[in-house]
Amino acid sequence: MNIDPDTDIGGAQHRFPETNQSAIVQARSTDQVVRQRAFETILASYWKPVYKYVRLKWQPGNEDAKDLTQGFFANAFEKNHFANYDASKASFQTFLRTCLDGFIANERKAGARLKRGGDFEHFQFDFVAAEDEFALHAASTDLTPEDYFHREWVRWMFTLAVETLRQRCETSGKTIHFQLFEHYDLAEEAVSYASLAKEFGLDQTTVNNYLAAARRDFRRIVIEKLREITATEEEFRNEARSLLGVEVK
Amino acid sequence: MKWLSDSRLDHLRELATKPDFSATKYRLLNELASGGMGTVYLGEDTELNRRVAVKVLNTPDPTSDLHQRMVREAQIIAGLEHPGIVPVHDVGTVADGRVFYAMKYVRGSRLDEYAAHTESIGERLRKFQLVCDAVAFAHAHGVIHRDLKPQNIMIGSFGEVLVLDWGVAKILRKHETPVSLEADTLIKNPDDTQHGTVIGTRNYMSPEQARGEINELDERSDVYSLGSVLYFLLTNRSPSDARPRTLNPKVSKPAEAVCLKAMSLERTARYATAAELSSDVWRLLDAEPVSAYRETVLEKIGRWAGKNRFLILLVLAYLVMRIFLIFTSRS
Repeated sequence: MNIDPDTDIGGAQHRFPETNQSAIVQARSTDQVVRQRAFETILASYWKPVYKYVRLKWQPGNEDAKDLTQGFFANAFEKNHFANYDASKASFQTFLRTCLDGFIANERKAGARLKRGGDFEHFQFDFVAAEDEFALHAASTDLTPEDYFHREWVRWMFTLAVETLRQRCETSGKTIHFQLFEHYDLAEEAVSYASLAKEFGLDQTTVNNYLAAARRDFRRIVIEKLREITATEEEFRNEARSLLGVEVK
Repeated sequence: MKWLSDSRLDHLRELATKPDFSATKYRLLNELASGGMGTVYLGEDTELNRRVAVKVLNTPDPTSDLHQRMVREAQIIAGLEHPGIVPVHDVGTVADGRVFYAMKYVRGSRLDEYAAHTESIGERLRKFQLVCDAVAFAHAHGVIHRDLKPQNIMIGSFGEVLVLDWGVAKILRKHETPVSLEADTLIKNPDDTQHGTVIGTRNYMSPEQARGEINELDERSDVYSLGSVLYFLLTNRSPSDARPRTLNPKVSKPAEAVCLKAMSLERTARYATAAELSSDVWRLLDAEPVSAYRETVLEKIGRWAGKNRFLILLVLAYLVMRIFLIFTSRS
């Protein structure tokens, strides 16, 4: 298989790098540092869909939704809830949503003042963007809150993958790869390779090669992200089916 | 971070899943089928200008055991050069690390579709006998299929029979004949499947396979599945506890006996190999006695009469003529 190393963002490697150990597994670690890092990975992967789900299902104001989102994660970390996750019983997504519903129901019953932030006060929750998205892109009435959560989780995972691709392209000095990807694959308006070639001062073959390399790296990142947040091979396959829409047994 | 609209999201999902064949000589045309392990596309070999079927792993993750299993599948099929086994042309890896293999594109229908428009049990038995021959060939080369069912058998446009989907096949032993199967390599890891794991298709798998006794599986497990396929061909139904003749009275007692012997719960009571089963099916087609059924004298006479009805008719015609001549000469 001929892959031009120069066009490969990940370098001259034809296979994926070894995947990181799952954050779900590491969340059970007795090492506080490992556990904290794993927890932040989970937090980064889920906070936005959690916020939007809370807004849709429980319908608090945006300030309360922020408190509930932060409070939920702080509580889960403090009480080590994610260590109880059993991949053989449900997907992590379902488990997390069930924990979240239980948490909010209890909070409402107790009428307690929520603890914000916990050990994650340094974590950058962009609630303004989350609220804007929630307000501007209203959930379809056909969707149940659970389906909405799933859809927003898929959207968020791909958003994170795009962001990681951007960062990697920048650090590896291949910004133009990402710009082509952005123009061709992320923009709403259809553009041709010819117009991109003209705009970027490249020939069409180079546009084709750069785009192929960016897409290759994008696929790799999506799989890495999935690996990070799944505990078992079976769950990985289930989540791949859920995220990518392909049947994987 | 930029908001991704639903249309962009769907586009990215497609990007992440659709294999990128740009660095190969194949061009994907459209999806033919999607299964547990991979997706089969109709493709075009741009060098040879011919249509091919390309099977690609669903998940782009070479650390997955599925990656190795897919490579093994391609190697196993390539090692079984037989008219009843779809030939593999090429194996490789696409840019994102997904393994693929290209094979002959078979035009035709699946066995269950074929059965839906073929009434004759004799015709069905002839196709089934070809299936047995292909599986017997694999058995002779130390390979068992482990997922035989009507959906994995194709009847080509010219009536040829092809056994597909060797994705869960198991290599039992190294074979001595010059087959290109890399048995030396594969035998080190003869089965990626853990004991206790159930693989295959419930309705068509042997009891030992359903119990997950992976280490116990041998040719007789495939024989059971072949018996189940025969059951389907005799009754148009998936295997159940009902005897074939109760579901279709047109089924002869010997045909039912062959089917039930192949499907014996006790594997020692089954045919030892697909070749033995194939021989009995031949005998059924030739109206010869089968090993699975002991005939009564009347049945023997009936079968002999059925097989020799033209001779009997000739003799009867001769006798009638003689009697007629005797009477006419007397009068």
